[in-house]
Amino acid sequence: MSNRVINWFKFASPQAFYPLAGKMIPWFWALAAVFGLAGLYLGFLVAPTDAQQGEGYRIIFLHVPASWLSMFIYLVMAFWAGLGLAFNFRLSAMMATALAPTGALFAFLSLWTGALWGKPMWGTWWVWDARLTSELILLFLYVGFIALQSAIDDARRADRAGAILALVGVVNVPIIYFSVKWWNTLHQGSSVSLTKSPSMATTMLWGMLLCALACWMYAIAVALMRVRTIILERERHTDWVRAELIGKE
Amino acid sequence: MYWSSFSEFLAMGNHGVYVWGSVIVMAIAMIVEPLLLIRGQKSLVARLKRQLRAERQDNHADRSTPLQG
Amino acid sequence: MLKLIVAVVARDLHLAMRRRADIVSALFFFIIVVSLFPLGVGPEPALLRQLAPGVLWVAALLATMLSLPRLFADDYRDGTLEQLALAPQPLGLIVLGKVIAHWLVSGLPLALLAPVLGLQFDLSRDALWVLTGSLLLGTPALSGIGAIGAALTLGVRGGGVLLSLLVLPLYIPVLIFGAGAVDATVTGLGAQAHLSLLAALTLCGVFFAPWPTAAALRIALE
Repeated sequence: MSNRVINWFKFASPQAFYPLAGKMIPWFWALAAVFGLAGLYLGFLVAPTDAQQGEGYRIIFLHVPASWLSMFIYLVMAFWAGLGLAFNFRLSAMMATALAPTGALFAFLSLWTGALWGKPMWGTWWVWDARLTSELILLFLYVGFIALQSAIDDARRADRAGAILALVGVVNVPIIYFSVKWWNTLHQGSSVSLTKSPSMATTMLWGMLLCALACWMYAIAVALMRVRTIILERERHTDWVRAELIGKE
Repeated sequence: MYWSSFSEFLAMGNHGVYVWGSVIVMAIAMIVEPLLLIRGQKSLVARLKRQLRAERQDNHADRSTPLQG
Repeated sequence: MLKLIVAVVARDLHLAMRRRADIVSALFFFIIVVSLFPLGVGPEPALLRQLAPGVLWVAALLATMLSLPRLFADDYRDGTLEQLALAPQPLGLIVLGKVIAHWLVSGLPLALLAPVLGLQFDLSRDALWVLTGSLLLGTPALSGIGAIGAALTLGVRGGGVLLSLLVLPLYIPVLIFGAGAVDATVTGLGAQAHLSLLAALTLCGVFFAPWPTAAALRIALE
């Protein structure tokens, strides 16, 4: 038991994590590729058309994973940031910083694919639908987090200030979602829901799940790549980074 | 397989622009992001190495000056 | 505890009175922004009535943003904040006092001024009442949530713009329920539900926000 705890803490140090992350990245890339190919195969080649929406519905195989990931990454980011704040773990604060741009990217992709889905379905690029609006606000929250961290030069202060913002954001996300939904029902009545199709065939569901898994693995791989750069940058004056650099020469 | 021909697959029942517009942008984003990261990592490593080398040369220089003087 | 809050409020009000020009500027900003809208969209009374809740509320958010950087900046610069952080009293309570003082010099005047501007938008008497009420209820939450952003951006370069980037998304629920209350009155639905939710937001905002603000201040002071 105690052995395992020690092992865990060993990898919580940037020095030990740096090579470990380097070894893990190819595996996550491989998983992302396998899941992605399988999901796209099911979604784009096997799944039948949707009676109501026509072929345009296939966008949801990209849109839904992107939306899920953008929300999930915010939660994970806040979790690491909070952990870093509470226990002063450098690595977990770096992880939060590394996740933010990828989360923002997924939020953007979710909006982009949502707009391209909306044009054939609703006849307009943008509808102030509760989900799309919340996604837009989520993108704003990511942008605020990234802007705050990049405006603060001192890395420690940036970590901790970002953590407070992320935690405040996480508390606010449900409130924002609820208020936007309330606002939406008052102003528009019910609109076509973006994700719910009356009968979701099993192939569609599998395609979507596989695509979501692919995005998830992609996000992990990319975050690990970014966290390695952050570790190197921040620890550049330590002996182990110097040894690492000489080893590469 | 759901499609009977490749052109039908590309047309996506007249929704081709929207479907492929989503696919292409998402693919570009998911290819460009890791490429940028690889480039950033490489340039960082190069920069740090340069700094390290410069520091060492400084140290050597410091040690050698008194001898010369 | 109450004594401490009262003392902080009194001190901050005293300091604010020395800078009356700032308060007046923020109010004029509010008036100007609101007056720009009829010039931008045309003087059609029906259209203005429909726009009024949103315009007045958005202008109130922006006017609040203007005064937020001041909330801690002066105390930070002259070292008072450091002493307050070292004091045995909880920093959260001191922050609460500062938030209340901020509301008294920014939110309260906005709420009192709003009905006059509402007249320009041809709002009915009921709508004017609800507008004032919703601003009275909602602006404390703006001061509370804004304090978090003000503390996070303390002494950071580009603080003002960054502050609005951080805080404005968090203001969205207040905007929705505040403007919604007025809108519901204009369209003949009751404003009751909106106002209750707005009051709940304000209670949460004012009583929970000082703690993350205090944590952010300590980080800024390190």
